[in-house]
Amino acid sequence: MLLAGSVVICTPVMAGEPPAPARQTELINLIRQDCGSCHGMTLAGGLGLPLLPEALKGKSPEALTETILRGRGGTPMPPWQAFISEDEAGWIVDMLMKGLPDAH
Amino acid sequence: MRIENVFRGLLGLFAAVALSGCATPPLRGTGDLGLVIERASGRVAVVETSHRTKLGQIAGLGDLSHASVNYSRDERYAYVFGRDGGLTQIDMLEMRIVNRAVQSGNSIGGAISQDGRLVAVANYTPGGINVFDAVTLKQVANIPALDDNGKPSKVIGLVDAPGNRFVFSLFEAGEIWLVEMKDPAKPVVRKYKNIGKEPYDAMITADGRYYLAGLFGEDGLALLDLWNPDAGVKRVLDHYGRGEQKLPVFKMPHLEGWAATGNELLVPAVGRHEVLVIDQGKWTEAARIPVAGQPVFVVARPDNRQVWVNFAFPDNGTVQVIDVPSRTIVQTLKPGKAVLHLEFTPRGEQVWLSARDDDKVVIYDSETYLPVSELHVDKPSGIFFTPRAHRTGL
Repeated sequence: MLLAGSVVICTPVMAGEPPAPARQTELINLIRQDCGSCHGMTLAGGLGLPLLPEALKGKSPEALTETILRGRGGTPMPPWQAFISEDEAGWIVDMLMKGLPDAH
Repeated sequence: MRIENVFRGLLGLFAAVALSGCATPPLRGTGDLGLVIERASGRVAVVETSHRTKLGQIAGLGDLSHASVNYSRDERYAYVFGRDGGLTQIDMLEMRIVNRAVQSGNSIGGAISQDGRLVAVANYTPGGINVFDAVTLKQVANIPALDDNGKPSKVIGLVDAPGNRFVFSLFEAGEIWLVEMKDPAKPVVRKYKNIGKEPYDAMITADGRYYLAGLFGEDGLALLDLWNPDAGVKRVLDHYGRGEQKLPVFKMPHLEGWAATGNELLVPAVGRHEVLVIDQGKWTEAARIPVAGQPVFVVARPDNRQVWVNFAFPDNGTVQVIDVPSRTIVQTLKPGKAVLHLEFTPRGEQVWLSARDDDKVVIYDSETYLPVSELHVDKPSGIFFTPRAHRTGL
């Protein structure tokens, strides 16, 4: 178990296993509905910045993952690490940069 | 659905069939009607509170992920403000769209003027307000929210005020603007600068006297007394966090539902799991009430005896009831998954709560705290009943 834990911690963010299908559905719902309360349900932005692929183009996936997990100081963006693992955050960034599938 | 509701529904259907041969539809008032936003599908459900039923649905309203509603003073028409800048006028009786304008790229809410003739919309992109004729939805004014350096701000906390005025705040610039609309073609803007960091929402007291903006970027609230506009904006409840580390806020509190209970104002703290009680004469903190999470809506029952509170993620399955005189939590309820909003019936015997992730609206008796019935609504968010038509700030 200890070994497995270390492997997860040392694995680069983007190389993580994608979440299980049921968890993917949960995460997409979380992004649309809960992230959407600031970033807009279509992710076109609100009080928070837009999260559509064209808005994220050229940004560092590692920095975006870090923002999801630890929030961004001096802005209302809170840290989500209590609810989202590093691998999941990496997967979310990947999905956002490609364009999120519809929640329904 | 309860048997009696089914029965009533059938009765209604028979009545409709019986009358369909007549030239005029059955008459009814609008005082017990309301809209529930179906945020994910761009629809609104038309509901009535006397028998707790859904009368119909209206589709084609665009992105309603952050939507709010104002009503015309005759309670016949609703103005729905969508996230995508859509402003839609709905006939509550005919249950159809009368007018619709996509008036900006990204908006947050609106207000209707004291005389009922103007509808204003608060926009994020481009930051500012647009004002429309309430009958035709023709634009009559545009006020860009630019600071002294020409930098745009998102507009938040737009409300109507006595004197046919609108008041709103600029998120980035930290300003409050008071706009007099006596001549709609020539709005007169008075700006209050340096009111505090990142005002995120605002409200006006029911008497239309005090405009209060909550600050996200620092602890405290900005207060403008509209009876004494020359006195400027005053800071209240400065440093209520006492320098302690803020808890993360997973959803911005809303201030539209701030509870004014006569002498006291109950408001959500930001980054603290507390409801703050403000003495409305001295504008000082009277008490703080520990609650289950980051409060989002803090809403007084119309008689001001109780205040119901919902919470941000991850505590959004919980609703708590505060007994105002004793300032204690008397109930902790679990109405459903992701409770986004709550609205009392006009005199407060029941309260409707939207449970987004359960696709339902749950109706509670506010005396027994027991669920009375529920309605299936697709991803419900805001619930807005027509008596808002007669309340300043709503």
